[in-house]
Amino acid sequence: MLSIKNLHVKLEEEDKAILKGVDLEIEAGKVHAIMGPNGSGKSTLSYVLSGKDGYEVTSGEALLEGEDILDMEPEERAAAGLFLAFQYPVEIPGVGNMTFLRTAVNAQRKARGEEEISAAEFLKLIRARAKELKIDAEMLKRPVNVGFSGGEKKRNEILQMAMLEPKMCILDETDSGLDVDAMKLVAEGVNALRNEGRGFLVITHYQRLLDHIKPDVVHIMADGKIVKSGGPELALEVETNGYGDILAEVA
Amino acid sequence: MGAAAETLSSTEARLADLTLPVGGWPEAARSDALARLRQMGLPQRRDEYWKYTRPDTLTQPGAVPAALFDNDEAPIFGALDRLNIVFVDGVFDADASDDLSLEGVRIDRLAEATTDIHWARDLYGTLEAKGQSPVHRPLAALNTAFATDGVLIHVTGKPSKPINLTYHHRSETSDAILHHVIKLDPGAEITVLENGPAAARFNKCMEVEVADGAIFHHVRAQGRDHERRAATHIFARLGAESVFKSFTLTANGVLTRNECVIELTGDDAVAHVAGACVGDGDFHHDDTVFITHDAVNCESRQVFKKVLRNGATGVFQGKILVQPGAQKTDGYQISQSLLLDDDSQFLAKPELEIYADDVACSHGSTSGAIDEEALFYLRSRGLPKGPATDLLTLAFLAEAVEEIEDEDLREEINGRLAAWLERHRS
Repeated sequence: MLSIKNLHVKLEEEDKAILKGVDLEIEAGKVHAIMGPNGSGKSTLSYVLSGKDGYEVTSGEALLEGEDILDMEPEERAAAGLFLAFQYPVEIPGVGNMTFLRTAVNAQRKARGEEEISAAEFLKLIRARAKELKIDAEMLKRPVNVGFSGGEKKRNEILQMAMLEPKMCILDETDSGLDVDAMKLVAEGVNALRNEGRGFLVITHYQRLLDHIKPDVVHIMADGKIVKSGGPELALEVETNGYGDILAEVA
Repeated sequence: MGAAAETLSSTEARLADLTLPVGGWPEAARSDALARLRQMGLPQRRDEYWKYTRPDTLTQPGAVPAALFDNDEAPIFGALDRLNIVFVDGVFDADASDDLSLEGVRIDRLAEATTDIHWARDLYGTLEAKGQSPVHRPLAALNTAFATDGVLIHVTGKPSKPINLTYHHRSETSDAILHHVIKLDPGAEITVLENGPAAARFNKCMEVEVADGAIFHHVRAQGRDHERRAATHIFARLGAESVFKSFTLTANGVLTRNECVIELTGDDAVAHVAGACVGDGDFHHDDTVFITHDAVNCESRQVFKKVLRNGATGVFQGKILVQPGAQKTDGYQISQSLLLDDDSQFLAKPELEIYADDVACSHGSTSGAIDEEALFYLRSRGLPKGPATDLLTLAFLAEAVEEIEDEDLREEINGRLAAWLERHRS
C-alpha cells in the first residue's frame, strides 16, 4: 500500500536534516505503529507524506500503490487515497463542519472522475457515522473545530476519515490530549475502519493507544531513522523500559 | 496658491459646470445646500477626512470616462419578487421600471417635485445638513443642491416586497447625481435594495428617517464595472426602538467612497452597518462611517471586511460618538482586511469618542493573509488550492454578510462573492 524507500528530508528554511533514510513498507490491511522519543522525526514523516510546505525531500521516494506521491499537491495525495489525522486539528472559523466535509468528499470524487454525492445521500451517511463517534448534530453545524474540546477535535478527525474512506490512514499522535474514555471512542472509530484494503500508520508516544488499536507491526524511530521493528511486544518493551535500552542496543 | 484659494477655485470650477434646478418645493433646500457647499468648499487632497482617498476625480468638472463592463452574469436581485425602479446613467427610465404603486408605501419622483409633498420638503437636505457637523461632507451638499432625480419613498405600512433601485450605466462619460429621501412612519417596515454601476461617476445621497418602532433594511450591490467612480452618502435618523440595517457589497470600481452617517436619537434604537468588498488591481474602496449615540440603551454595529489583491487599496474610517447622557450604549466596530498579496494595502482609522460613563464600546481593526495552516488542512482533505482559498475568503467575509437578515438576499450576496473569487483566482 505505502512504500517508503530511503527517505531523506531536511527543513527548507535551514540546513537541518530531519529524516535520514526512512524505509517502511505498509501492506494493505495492516496496522503499523511508529513509536519514538521526541524529536525523532515521527511527525515530520506524517507532514512530508501529506505534502506540507517547509520540507525538502533530498532523496528517496514514497509510493502509494506504486505511485510516487512526493511530487503531488496535498489535494492530489488526498484524492489518491492518503489521509492524515492531525495531531493538532486546525480551527477554521466561518466554515461549517458539514459544508467542509461535503465539499471535501465531492472534491475528491471529482478528482477521481467519480460522480458527486447527493446532498441527501451525504446527510444520511454523515448522520450514521457521526452517531457512531458520538458526534451530535450541533457539532456538525458548527465551524470546523472551533470551540471543540480536544476529544471532539480528534473524533472529528476520525469522522472525516470515515467519510473520505481513504486507502492509507496516518494518525499523528491521535491519543495526545485525550482521556481514557475519549481515547477508547477514537480507537473504536479507527477499528471500525480497519479492513483488508486499507493500511494504517499510527504514530504515538505511548503504548496505551496500541492497547486499543492493536498493531501488526511496531517500529521504533530515532534520529530520523527506523532503528528497530517488531511485533506488538516491542511496544510493551518500550512501555516497561523506555527507549533507552532499545537505543543503546542498536547504537 | 494658498489652501483656501485652492479650495475656492476648485469648488467654483465644479460649480461652473452645473446648473442649479429652479422651482418646486426643493428650491429653498437646494439654495441652502449650495450656500453650505460654497462655505465648506469641495474636499481637497490635504483634508484630514480625505487623507487616504484622493478626491480630485470626484470633485473635478466632468467625469473621467469609464468603459462599459461586459457583464454576462444575470443581474443581482433579478429573481426576487420586488418593485423595480430603474435609472439609466442617473435618469429615471419609466419603461424599464415597474408601476410605482405598492400597498403600504407611496413613491414619488424628485424630478416631478412641482406639487408640494410636505414630508419630503421637510426632510430633503435636512439630514444631510445635520450630517455636516462635526465633519464636512461637501459632496453630499453638492448632491442636495444639484440632484434632479431620485425617489421619495414614504413608508406608511409594511409593503409586501422590497423596493429595488437599479442603476444602469450606458454612457462612458455619464456623470449622475441622484438623491433619495425615505421616510418610515412609526411601526412601518421596508427593505430597499440598490444595485448596478450607475454611471462613469455617481454621486448619490440617501436620507432615511426611521420613526419610532420602524424597521429599515437596506442591501446594496455596487456594480462590477472596473472604471466606475462613486461617492455615496447615507444619512439616517433613528427614533425610539427603531431598527436600521444596511449592508453593501462592492466588487470592483476604481474609486468608491461610501459614507454612512447615522444618528440614534430615540432610546433602544438599533443601527447596523456592514460591508463586504472584493477588489483587484487599481481598486480603491473607502468606507467612512460616523455613528452618533444621542439616546439611552441603543446598539450600533459596524462590520466591514475587505478582500484585496494585486495592489488594491481598502480604507476604513469609522467613528462612534457617544453624547453625554447616552448611557447603556452598546457600540461595536470591526474592520478587517484580507490581503491576498504584498502589494495590497488597508488603511484604517477607527475612532471612539465617548462622553457618557456607562457604556460598552469596542473596536478592532486587523490586516492579515490567508491562514496557511488552515489552507493546508483543507487541501489535505482534498480541496484544491483555489477552492480552498475561496472557502477561507468567504469565511473571512461571513461576519459582514451575516448582517443581512433575509436568507435569500444573503445567499444572493454570497453567490456573487463566490463567483467573483472564482473569476479572480491567482
